[in-house]
Amino acid sequence: MSRRIRIGPFNRVEGDLEVQLEVVDGVVKAGWVNSTLFRGFEWLLAGRAVTDALVYAPRICGICSVSQSVAAAASLAQAAAITPPPSGQWATNLMLACENAADHLTHFYLFFMPDFVAEAYADYDWYPEVARRFTPMRGEVLPRVLQARAQWLHILGLLGGHWPHTLAIQPGGTTRVLQRSEIARLQVMIGQFEHFLVETLTGGVPLAAVLAVETEAQLRKVVSGGDLGRFLLLCDALDLWQVGRTPGRLFSYGNYPDPNGGRVFASGIWREGQVSQLNTQTITEDITHARYRGEGGAPWQAQVQPDVHKQQAYTFCKAPRLDGEVFECGALARQVMAGVPLMQALMRRWGSVVATRVLGRLWELMRLPGLMRQWTDQLNPDEDWNRPYDSHFSGHGLGLVEAARGGLLHWIEAEQGLIRHYEIIAPTTWNFSPRDATGTPGPLEQALVGLQVGEEAGQAPVVHHVVRSFDPCMVCTVH
Amino acid sequence: MNIVWLQSGGCSGCTMSLLCAEQPDLLSLSQLQGWRWRYFPSLSPQLPKGLPGLLAAVEQGEWSLDVLCLEGAVMTGPDESGAYHIAAGMDASMRDVLLRFIEQARYVVAVGSCAAFGGITAAGPNPGEAVGLQYAHHLSGGLLSATFRSRAGLPVINIAGCPVHPDWVTETLLLLQQDALDEADLDPLNRPRFYADKLVHHGCSRNEYYEYKASAEHLGELGCMMEHLGCMGTLAHADCNQRSWNGQGCCTDAGYPCIDCTAPTFGTRRHAYQETPKLGGIPVGLPTDMPKAWFIALSSLAKAATPERLKKNATAERPQLPPPVKEIKL
Repeated sequence: MSRRIRIGPFNRVEGDLEVQLEVVDGVVKAGWVNSTLFRGFEWLLAGRAVTDALVYAPRICGICSVSQSVAAAASLAQAAAITPPPSGQWATNLMLACENAADHLTHFYLFFMPDFVAEAYADYDWYPEVARRFTPMRGEVLPRVLQARAQWLHILGLLGGHWPHTLAIQPGGTTRVLQRSEIARLQVMIGQFEHFLVETLTGGVPLAAVLAVETEAQLRKVVSGGDLGRFLLLCDALDLWQVGRTPGRLFSYGNYPDPNGGRVFASGIWREGQVSQLNTQTITEDITHARYRGEGGAPWQAQVQPDVHKQQAYTFCKAPRLDGEVFECGALARQVMAGVPLMQALMRRWGSVVATRVLGRLWELMRLPGLMRQWTDQLNPDEDWNRPYDSHFSGHGLGLVEAARGGLLHWIEAEQGLIRHYEIIAPTTWNFSPRDATGTPGPLEQALVGLQVGEEAGQAPVVHHVVRSFDPCMVCTVH
Repeated sequence: MNIVWLQSGGCSGCTMSLLCAEQPDLLSLSQLQGWRWRYFPSLSPQLPKGLPGLLAAVEQGEWSLDVLCLEGAVMTGPDESGAYHIAAGMDASMRDVLLRFIEQARYVVAVGSCAAFGGITAAGPNPGEAVGLQYAHHLSGGLLSATFRSRAGLPVINIAGCPVHPDWVTETLLLLQQDALDEADLDPLNRPRFYADKLVHHGCSRNEYYEYKASAEHLGELGCMMEHLGCMGTLAHADCNQRSWNGQGCCTDAGYPCIDCTAPTFGTRRHAYQETPKLGGIPVGLPTDMPKAWFIALSSLAKAATPERLKKNATAERPQLPPPVKEIKL
């Protein structure tokens, strides 16, 4: 028996999302992902002063706000041909890493884990503890997570004035110079968060000991407790190693520019078990099934207008492709390109599935505080942090950054200090893209195929694990 | 108290900010106060019957909808169809769904400048035809008419800000729970007076520079940002410099100007946000209740009297001269 079901709204994702499934005899045969909200940021930016991109862009998204700021600042910096001084760059990296880590924490505890408290799991022996810990609104760990998250974001209070939506991130650096005493305090703030992660996530195992793990077997030996241990247990119990598989082609723009050259996390693509170079010139956006008319193509060429009446279109999300192929992005992709042996091993064995996507995120969450300590040591209170520049420039610039959810692209074309053309491709635009001109579905649409949903259909928790394992951000997706 | 929180044309930033509430955190506070979040997108369990089920429960009186919060602007486009936001899982526009919830709500709260006035979402050519709940920017009347009153007799309560401070939301909800907020407690733009009757200028750490008109010329410098860098702190209604953000911050502390994000004009300003528009060399946006001539006279006097220390420090990223310590003769 075949039927089409419609699921939405998905709470515990950012923004509004609808998914449609074709279910035959309890198995998903096809999926369609619908981003339901259109705001039109690219249109409202045109004609404004270039510096206004720094005001408007973060407001595309409240959860990836700093990432949007960094991408806008980077595109302006390239167009104005300036680079921030080292401390300004490290401070920018610190803010971006703070937001990425906060987002990973929010995703794991508030968005993802509560799905295991579904009634369908009530008979498992692990259920009572998972329910006690993660029940939405009431789970025992949730207030502690909110407190740790709020304290962690004090770093953005200090460096950026507040979160979300700061103007401290500028093309020429950052506007808040820390004194030595504040730098010392920043180290303590990072240490406090590490302490929380060890206490809550790793069950007392030092982060360095977990991060030294290179194989799956070691991982199970080193981590047995904490919420990471609980998650591994759930992965085994529900075989999340086999669930929600995408084609497994990953890309990352790389993240955290090092003032001495390169990026702390390298850029690249992962295709058939190998890392190779990313060529951004092959990025295109297909609009065959998206509610737009006009010409898709490369972000620097695209000219489209929204069209809600378009036949065969089912979403406001465009379909970005790399050299015509479906690619996905996120923390897993970043850690694979960064050369983490465990992440590459997981990709080779399992591919991009629910378990590996979430582990990639947790890995980065555990890794960032240590990197942030090193960067904090690089902050120099005696040098300039922000380089003034003339904003009345003409030219174009590309800003590439990794938000928590993956690669974020901003493209600006300016004429005498005014924005002529602005294009944004957000991470979830890749991951939740619709079918393209060849009829090839996007990563989530492919990941949904084959799920056993039985009679529960849309209520089947497995659908929710798969959808949320991407940590979608729908407000970014369409913008 | 039953609360439903809906989102439309916005960025979820106000939710993200609210989740930064401290002492206590939002969940502990909700537990202490008996707030029941019947729907809160970032935290709730999956709705078993989607939004239609939630709406039916309210309309059939299964529980009373005490507070309806909207985050984000109302999308009315294209051509007033509302199709720029069809509610997920439904065939209706979020605008139409909202109207049905609003009809049942004792209090209606617009969280953030988008929900209040349209905000950034309604900027420029307003491609999405976005409006606020009861305002379209500074014009009274948005989705709802100017005369709208919710079941408890109040207009839409506009917790304007981009984003909102978490305390603005929690304190508003605390007052609503006690029915202790009436129309007199709202300013002329229906913003709660407890934070909107203050100016960002109040308590600004750059006040000494302002007094002597010692101005920063570039972002990140220590001086007052009103003269050159677009700072609107003397006009902006909010207590940002009296309660800290994220433990210790605020815009002006972090080296960039106040962009008056609680105002109905936020998003539609014609000039660049980080530059001060001037007429004949004089900033256009002077403090609202100060005669211009006096402002200019006082400014020239103050400029003439500026201590060397402030002049030097104003255009530096870090203090060049500390305040002198007075010698005490024994």
